Amino acid sequence: MQVVYIMWLRQLKRYWRSKSRMLGSLGQPLLFLFALGFGFGSVFQKAGQGNYFDFLAPGIIAMSILFNAMFNGIEVIWDRQFGFLKETLVAPVSRLKIMTGRTLGGATVAFIQGIIVLVIAVAFGFKIQPIAIPLALLFMFLIAILFTAIGIAIASKMEDMHAFPLIMNFILMPLFFLSGALFPLDNLPKVMDIIVKINPLSYGIDGVRGALTGVSNIGILTDLIVLLVLIAVSGILGSWLFSKVEA
Amino acid sequence: MKKEIISVKNLSKNFDGFKAVNNISFSVKEGEIFAFLGPNGAGKTTTIRMLTTLLKPSFGEIMINGFNPLIKKDAVRHSFGIVFQDPSLDDELTAYENMEFHAILYGMNKKIRKSRINELLKFVELWDRKDEQVKHFSGGMKRRLEIARGLIHHPKILFLDEPTIGLDPQTRNHIWKYVLKLNQKEGMTVFLTTHYIEEAEKVASTVAIIDYGKIVKIGSSEQLKKQTRSKSLEEAFLKSTGHNIREEKASSKDHMRQRHRMWRR
Repeated sequence: MQVVYIMWLRQLKRYWRSKSRMLGSLGQPLLFLFALGFGFGSVFQKAGQGNYFDFLAPGIIAMSILFNAMFNGIEVIWDRQFGFLKETLVAPVSRLKIMTGRTLGGATVAFIQGIIVLVIAVAFGFKIQPIAIPLALLFMFLIAILFTAIGIAIASKMEDMHAFPLIMNFILMPLFFLSGALFPLDNLPKVMDIIVKINPLSYGIDGVRGALTGVSNIGILTDLIVLLVLIAVSGILGSWLFSKVEA
Repeated sequence: MKKEIISVKNLSKNFDGFKAVNNISFSVKEGEIFAFLGPNGAGKTTTIRMLTTLLKPSFGEIMINGFNPLIKKDAVRHSFGIVFQDPSLDDELTAYENMEFHAILYGMNKKIRKSRINELLKFVELWDRKDEQVKHFSGGMKRRLEIARGLIHHPKILFLDEPTIGLDPQTRNHIWKYVLKLNQKEGMTVFLTTHYIEEAEKVASTVAIIDYGKIVKIGSSEQLKKQTRSKSLEEAFLKSTGHNIREEKASSKDHMRQRHRMWRR
């Protein structure tokens, strides 16, 4: 337990001490939120879909969690490059504990970033149902855990940061754009609909949106089940890949 | 007669057909200082990685402190401390936090943890900088901290992979003073690789010269000098390994570090 805790604590300390990174990773989500949220607002309203800012905010919260979670997972590569991974791997503790601690730590950091975006959105007029906040936080945390675990799994197979832009462009960006973060899921073209339904992030966003605004497209229970199953799968896969890492 | 604390039989490691370590056998007795010498890319670090459970051997048998690293991983891991060739501290954490992290990984309780960390940080003269982030430390200070960290759990064996590379003679002497003291006082076995041959000659009771993955000579430095009819160990080393300069492939790690350094400027 202590091992998991110290791994978790380390991630938080690192996060807390790099204020520039903290601010830097807020930039993109906030830009999306304000530019798109206010920019498309009137078009969205005219199409009879209601307030776009309210619709978009959960998507942007999920986006900031997604990006931070993946980065935190991939930070394992950084540890490998700078030797710290070896220090943990020669210690008499199971890889599973190391992986668990790291995942929880990375997920907590991503979760906090998500909360910051949520608070900013509310400050700028995002109307939420206060009663549903715990449920929304649960979904946010699940998104964080899922993508941190996926990040670690990817990082276990990567030698260095060279493949990083590849991951950015072929995993992160598609996950975000094809998730229903920016547009409603009803009446999508067939192909698009299938892609969106395969994307795990869609369920996370739908869950957060369902909780905060009361409008869910997929159904909150389905969202929850899908996320939990995926977390189990990626957790097992991640620990298996991580257990094979040689330093 | 003292017992063998490290024994290696017919150890080999292949990387995609390239034999990094090729059928080596040797043993180290408890309390001994054993030096592994070899040109770049001779297989020193690969051997250490196998001895310390970081890498699985392709063939051969290893026993560390009576345990097989393939089966009793954690027992082996408790038996040794290691100072890696490359830095392995967390730069964002303070010196104290790095030490504490290590102690918790090794399952030490709070009381022992505190007293050991205090003792060791004073020992390597970093006590007054303990709450500073490691990224502000000089190369010598980082090395000292790494050595202190490797000693927290009182290992029976200390692996030192090029421990004094890039350090000035003052720091080098400083570090050796500690290590020798522990070797004498606690009977701690030291397994070291180095490029500084005079250093090996000074401290090691047994020297093995490794080249192209094979052990070419093994014995005390007196024996090696006699065998090769050399005046110094350095001469014996050159006679055993030839004068060719070895090319070592830069790993992706090296490129990465370089880029990181550029970013920092």
